[in-house]
Amino acid sequence: MSFLFFTIITVLTGCGNLLVLDPKGPQAQTQADVIMISIWTMLFVVIVVFALLAYMLIKYRASKQSDDYEPPHIEGSKVMESIFVGIPVIIIIFLSIVSVKSNYAVESTPEGYEDQEPLVIYASSSNWKWHFSYPEQDIETVNYLYIPTDRALEFKLYSHGPITSFWVPQLGGQKYAMADMVTTLHLAADVPGEFFGRNANFSGKGFAHNTFNVNAVPPAEFEEWVDEVKETASPITEDRFQELLEPGHLGQLTFTGTHLEFSPAPEHNHGGSQSHDKHDGHENHDHHEKHEDHEEEESSDHHHH
Amino acid sequence: MEFFERFAIPHPSPAIYASMVAIGLTVIAIIAGLTYFKKWGYIWREWLTTVDHKRIGIMYLISALLMLFRGGVDAIMMRSQLAVPGNTLLDAQHYNEIFTTHGIVMILFMAMPFIIALMNFVVPLQIGARDVAFPRLNALSFWLFFFAAMLFNISFVVGGSPDAGWTSYFPLAGNEHSPHVGTNYYMIAIQIAGLGTLMTGINFIVTILKMRAPGMTLMKMPMFTWSALITNVIIVFAFPVLTIALAMGTMDRLFGTHFFSIDNGGMDMLWANLFWVWGHPEVYILILPAFGIYSEVISTFARRNLYGYKSMVASMVIISLFSFLVWVHHFFTMGQGAFVNSIFSVTTMAIAVPTGIKIFNWLFTLWKGKIVMTTPMLYSMLFIPIFTIGGVTGVMLGMSAADYQYHNTMFLVAHFHLVIIPGVVFAMLAGLTYWWPKMFGFMLNERIGKWAAWLIAVGTCVAFFPMFISGLDGQARRMYTYSEATGFGFWNMLSFIGAGILAIGFVLIVYNIYYSTRYATRDIGADPWDARTLEWATHSPVPEYNFAITPEVNSSEALWDEKKKGHKLFKGSYQEIHMPSKSGVPFIMSAIFFVFGFAMIFSLWILAIVSLLGIFACLIHRSFEQDHGYHISVKEIEETEAKMGGAKG
Amino acid sequence: MKIDHSQPLEYGTEQNKMNILGFWIFLGAEIMLFGTLFASYFTLENRIGSGPSGADIFEITPIIIETFLLLTSSFTIGLAIHAMRLGRQKAMLTFFGITLVLGLAFLSVEIYEFFHYVHVGAGLQTSAFSAILLTTLGTHGAHVTFGLLWGLGIILQIKKRGLTVETTNKSFIFSLYWHFLDVVWIFIFSFIYLKGLM
Repeated sequence: MSFLFFTIITVLTGCGNLLVLDPKGPQAQTQADVIMISIWTMLFVVIVVFALLAYMLIKYRASKQSDDYEPPHIEGSKVMESIFVGIPVIIIIFLSIVSVKSNYAVESTPEGYEDQEPLVIYASSSNWKWHFSYPEQDIETVNYLYIPTDRALEFKLYSHGPITSFWVPQLGGQKYAMADMVTTLHLAADVPGEFFGRNANFSGKGFAHNTFNVNAVPPAEFEEWVDEVKETASPITEDRFQELLEPGHLGQLTFTGTHLEFSPAPEHNHGGSQSHDKHDGHENHDHHEKHEDHEEEESSDHHHH
Repeated sequence: MEFFERFAIPHPSPAIYASMVAIGLTVIAIIAGLTYFKKWGYIWREWLTTVDHKRIGIMYLISALLMLFRGGVDAIMMRSQLAVPGNTLLDAQHYNEIFTTHGIVMILFMAMPFIIALMNFVVPLQIGARDVAFPRLNALSFWLFFFAAMLFNISFVVGGSPDAGWTSYFPLAGNEHSPHVGTNYYMIAIQIAGLGTLMTGINFIVTILKMRAPGMTLMKMPMFTWSALITNVIIVFAFPVLTIALAMGTMDRLFGTHFFSIDNGGMDMLWANLFWVWGHPEVYILILPAFGIYSEVISTFARRNLYGYKSMVASMVIISLFSFLVWVHHFFTMGQGAFVNSIFSVTTMAIAVPTGIKIFNWLFTLWKGKIVMTTPMLYSMLFIPIFTIGGVTGVMLGMSAADYQYHNTMFLVAHFHLVIIPGVVFAMLAGLTYWWPKMFGFMLNERIGKWAAWLIAVGTCVAFFPMFISGLDGQARRMYTYSEATGFGFWNMLSFIGAGILAIGFVLIVYNIYYSTRYATRDIGADPWDARTLEWATHSPVPEYNFAITPEVNSSEALWDEKKKGHKLFKGSYQEIHMPSKSGVPFIMSAIFFVFGFAMIFSLWILAIVSLLGIFACLIHRSFEQDHGYHISVKEIEETEAKMGGAKG
Repeated sequence: MKIDHSQPLEYGTEQNKMNILGFWIFLGAEIMLFGTLFASYFTLENRIGSGPSGADIFEITPIIIETFLLLTSSFTIGLAIHAMRLGRQKAMLTFFGITLVLGLAFLSVEIYEFFHYVHVGAGLQTSAFSAILLTTLGTHGAHVTFGLLWGLGIILQIKKRGLTVETTNKSFIFSLYWHFLDVVWIFIFSFIYLKGLM
């Protein structure tokens, strides 16, 4: 069993291709560092416990002792028990410092990116898709992301249904997307590449396939992509968006405009019902503009593969 | 027709139809068997109406073992589905139902009754009591649990099982996203079982505080009794939170309220908070009695007193307090920010300190001991290393920044199984093997027992270690399938093999029970393990009055004192013993609760009101009833003692 | 059954002492139950959706009447227990009866209050706020209702059997329960009504 554990440690440290331990951005790097620090620290604890256990089991087996050996009555010892408490306390203090520092690191703009304006992307989930709105670029995608490298990213997460969790392991850890508040996840990509992303929080039947692709490209290429989308994609309309919200899997779609214009995020709406009505019902449509471009949508959706 | 549609299974499959037939046949077989062998009277008199803590303990035990197999079958189905990429053995809906019921059954209908079984059987004996403080309430606790478990399990064939995960997060668990009745079963069945558990909590606190043998001060209680006391305090403070959460969830689903809904001000995060304010202490409700069992077993088979008794008690008290201060670590990723996460990260890791004290105290109990590797001891020695790995990964998960990467992944699944299985399941099996002779008057076969222990330990490692890897590689939990391209296939195949090994281990335990029942010698005396605490000072199996004479003690190892230090446990002569009378009301009332629960689940309001009136009728009956119990005469005691191999003391 | 005459009758046997201790522990659980309801209330208080807020619907008059009735009933049950200790069964039953009548009056006003809330558009399904308000009040009200039935049962038993170890024990435990409901009401009064009205 300990053999197995050490095998695992070897695997962990030997092949760095596990997604979480193969970071491509500063936040994931911080987290991978914390994970490795904690593994090594905990390995020390494990070795101490295993060694003590092995020593006791080998030395004090009944078969190794004379029949008339009578084990002594030993109450605890203040010194020993202080050691049992003291060393773990020191370890926990050390890990607490690491933990608190890394908490603040992952909850703020990634290190080295503080001076730039972050790219804000709204990522909202519906059963079982992700809608990515780029207010700055005024475009929207479904189930795939294009992001520029070397720029801080600020994901604004919320959900049109069950709680989901936005997770791109190689860029950083996950955070929940919920219906009644917007959460913020700070990420950045150091290198270009295609990364795997998913909803990590169980959300019903279609959960397993609730994934998305992340394409990290150099800033110039990102601008090209935005221009291309603006030329080729059709605008997102409220009716079209309502269709998208229907449960199911959609593949990758691209639109101009964002749904935030007619269906804003629940950001400043703690407890109010106004912004929620649209998400799950069809009753509140009349006070919104009606878009009349039904027929075109299906054919002009910009499919991305 | 619409009326009947709600009882149909939303996603029927041959497996479910087969189970329906199997359940039907089993029920018919039981009824026919009882009738043929004319055992109805026996069952009613000796079991269904009993208020004896030992029999109630054994009934808890049988139920827990049954549920262990139900939950185990769920586990095997999950691991089979995931064994290869793109498997189509189960569809998403089935998989979702199975992991949901696996979690609930294992935690609430297997682990809980298992610890309560051992508490019931052992605690009154360990403190030298005749029974618990409220024997009839104890019977009610059991029957409420039992009928709740049955109610939960029929969801499988009537109406469909819950499918929103054992955490049942809203809004997923709300009507909009979980339209069939499955989640109603969750809300109602757990509520009924929880009532029973709360009563157990009150009952055992009073029992332990008020019914200890003369001379047994709090700091002279055996460690298992200490763990039971602290556990029950946690139960009393944690379960009401669940009661409210479930009540709100029930109202959202049945009465259209907006506690956790998306609209009209509902707050999904409130459910998550309430659930885990109960849920985390619940983990310690399970693990502390397990720690108590290990303390008894390790001390017995190291042939030494427990090292650091006081720090053992102190660490449990600290753990019980901290258990209420860490719940946020179940959702570090909910967006509460670095400050809140930092606080809960530190409190979470801090729990490692008292837990560490316990591990080191056990290790130092072995020091200068004379270790006999019996089956219970083998479980304990396998527990320490595996639990340590589960525990240190818990510290890793407690580092909230890193938790963003572990959360909702197989890494987490690996962690909590590697804590709960060695921590709780090994302890239950150790306790079962250890106290089996006291319960039934013969020992389980040691050779088969050790084989089972090794298989279960190896199976646990093979099943769960690979999940650390696939978790770090991005495998989320609760996915019913994955593609080959992910590369998770190898690790999941390993887990499947581990699950198979585990299954063989559990089958061996059943075989051991069968084998030992048939072949084991009944001539084992009162103290076959050469143990140290009071329960071994009376006969095996235990007579209904437990001790013919109330023992007097002056340390936490009263029997050891008698054996080694010439302490006299039993002074004086036999006296008439007062015993509580049997009652069928707990059984009947719980059966009505079952009907009430069923009616609520299916919104059958008239039936619900009628059964509620029935419940009140039982309460009124109890209030007006005058029952002073009965007495066992000195002559009867003498006869029993003579039959059981000579008077004690 | 050994009766210890150095103690008040309700503490007279070991079983009686255990019953009382057990009930105290049960009240500990009840504190957690109501604590959870209050915590949920504070969380959901401002989440009124499109429905009314507390300030919109609370009426001070029935609340004051309810408070007066319940506080008085807590006093009379205390008097009942005092009479019980003096062995004055008739006085005890009178005060016990007054307690239940006051409880019933409280309940009637509370039922009126509920009708009022539903009438002004704060039903169970209106909003998270209205749901938690009615659930918290309703849980307290259900406790009072249960107490009325329970108390009635005890009165009947005392009439039938007199002040025995058992009936005094039940009465004493009932008084603990009733005082507890009063304490809960004080919290409801302060933290739900007054806070809502301010």
